[in-house]
Amino acid sequence: MIGDIFAWLGNMENSKPLALILFFSAFVGIILYVYTGKKRKQRLESYRDIPFLDDDDELDPTRQKTQQVNNDESTEEK
Amino acid sequence: MSTNAVPVATEQYDYGIVKKFTIMAMVWGVLGMLAGVYIASELAWPFLNFNIAEITFGRLRPVHTTLVIFGFGGSALFATSYYVVQRTCQARLWGGKLLSEFTFWGWQLAIAAGVLFYVSGYTQGREYAEFIWPVDLLITVVWVAYFVIYAMTMVKRSQPHIYVANWFFMAFILATALLHIFNNLQVPVAWNSLESYALFGGVQDAMTQWWYGHNAVGFFLTAAFLGMMYYFVPKQAGRPIYSYRLSIVHFWALSFLYMWVGAHHLHWTALPDWVSTLAATFSILLLLPSWGGMINGIMTLSGAWEKLRTDPIMLFLITALAFYGMSTFEGPMLSLKSVNALSHYTDWTVGHAHSGALGWVAMITVGSFYHLIPRLWGTTLYSTKLVFVHFWLATIGIVLYIVALWVAGIGQGLMLRAFDQYGNLAYTFIETVSFMHIPYVVRAIGGMFFLSGMLLMAYNVRMTIAGARRPAAASHDAVAAAAR
Repeated sequence: MIGDIFAWLGNMENSKPLALILFFSAFVGIILYVYTGKKRKQRLESYRDIPFLDDDDELDPTRQKTQQVNNDESTEEK
Repeated sequence: MSTNAVPVATEQYDYGIVKKFTIMAMVWGVLGMLAGVYIASELAWPFLNFNIAEITFGRLRPVHTTLVIFGFGGSALFATSYYVVQRTCQARLWGGKLLSEFTFWGWQLAIAAGVLFYVSGYTQGREYAEFIWPVDLLITVVWVAYFVIYAMTMVKRSQPHIYVANWFFMAFILATALLHIFNNLQVPVAWNSLESYALFGGVQDAMTQWWYGHNAVGFFLTAAFLGMMYYFVPKQAGRPIYSYRLSIVHFWALSFLYMWVGAHHLHWTALPDWVSTLAATFSILLLLPSWGGMINGIMTLSGAWEKLRTDPIMLFLITALAFYGMSTFEGPMLSLKSVNALSHYTDWTVGHAHSGALGWVAMITVGSFYHLIPRLWGTTLYSTKLVFVHFWLATIGIVLYIVALWVAGIGQGLMLRAFDQYGNLAYTFIETVSFMHIPYVVRAIGGMFFLSGMLLMAYNVRMTIAGARRPAAASHDAVAAAAR
């Protein structure tokens, strides 16, 4: 049985369209995930600010400080 | 707005290891580019070989590529990735001082040993993988340590989300491990011999080599430096990246597509034609994520374009992105079989490689370092004017270099393919060499411009660090005086 599956996959006429379907579906899936959903859009775009979260201590890495981080995935638009 | 704000304590970061890698990147960068200028000069003025085997083009060429790619580029990536992962994960490097120091000394030893072996005539003869097998083993151990440090630092992060720059760095670390291991599968002649044979042979060996070669470009010289870009461009611009969602698509599309394109280095060879066509097709597809990333980086400055008039660091970063866009357009074009028939085995390829290496890799690194170094040492840059001068020296140098090799390469390709009315070759080989002399001189001058800029940067960095130490020393003296 497994041998048959490998033999089927080993045939380029089968594996090429299969690879096309899998990869294209994955690509479309990523695009849909990233560009749909208002709340998801707001959450993903909120991650842009991560490099700026510890700006104040840039010139003094030894200073301890406390920060507020948005940790809610269902954040509404700011 | 419904937020769930949690307090996160910023830990004290390990900047010592970042400083060490930064300094060594500068040292290897200057030495590697010096070697590059010398071998470019040897091509223009062959007497510079002086009949000394150790300094001939064949031995110094891998010295140049190893020093600039792995010495300069690699050390810069260690430095910036260790810095970025700590600051975006808000966590100190995992594994303590010992493990990160091991990656530093192991990497520097591998580079130094590689160079000494090359000039002595020991090489694996694989492009960009010339290190002999004992050095390959050392690199493997260092790389595993690097992976563990990086992955575990992300595991213990205080920030819930892993910032996209770390995705690119992680892809670079994983892909490089895979490439390094499979391309360096060698059988030593004897356990106490420095010589070895590749496990693969013939066209399989060529395919393995160029699967490695182009993915080294894709993951070492592109993905990793994109990680650098996604952190330092927003930081220097003082505004977040243009679109985080575009960066996600950029990451997945780039990571997926790069793995397939290596065979475009082997058009019109014994490689099966369908493999060649597949590689060319994926190379064309790569234009989309590459330009998506370039647009994302450049548009980060949207609304603040005036910074380009006043901030030379921003000039470096944005010009790097422009060169990234240019070389990722030229690359797919060269991968077309018909264009490749003209360009392959000519200096057009070398010019293309340098528009990416100098224009993208070196410029994004230089811009990032000018941002990073004052922050590491808690000071300000010694001279912003020198950064401006450096920018223009670098830009003029790159333009001279690329244009010279366009002329040399396209001319050489046309001459090699020209036939007379009887079907004989129209030019002898030596006529093509003679034709390329002037472009080779201009290329060497372009390299000298770029090297001058690097020397200026080394001076600026040296003075910046010295300036940072002086107040510290003064305050130490004051405390000592008060104690007396």
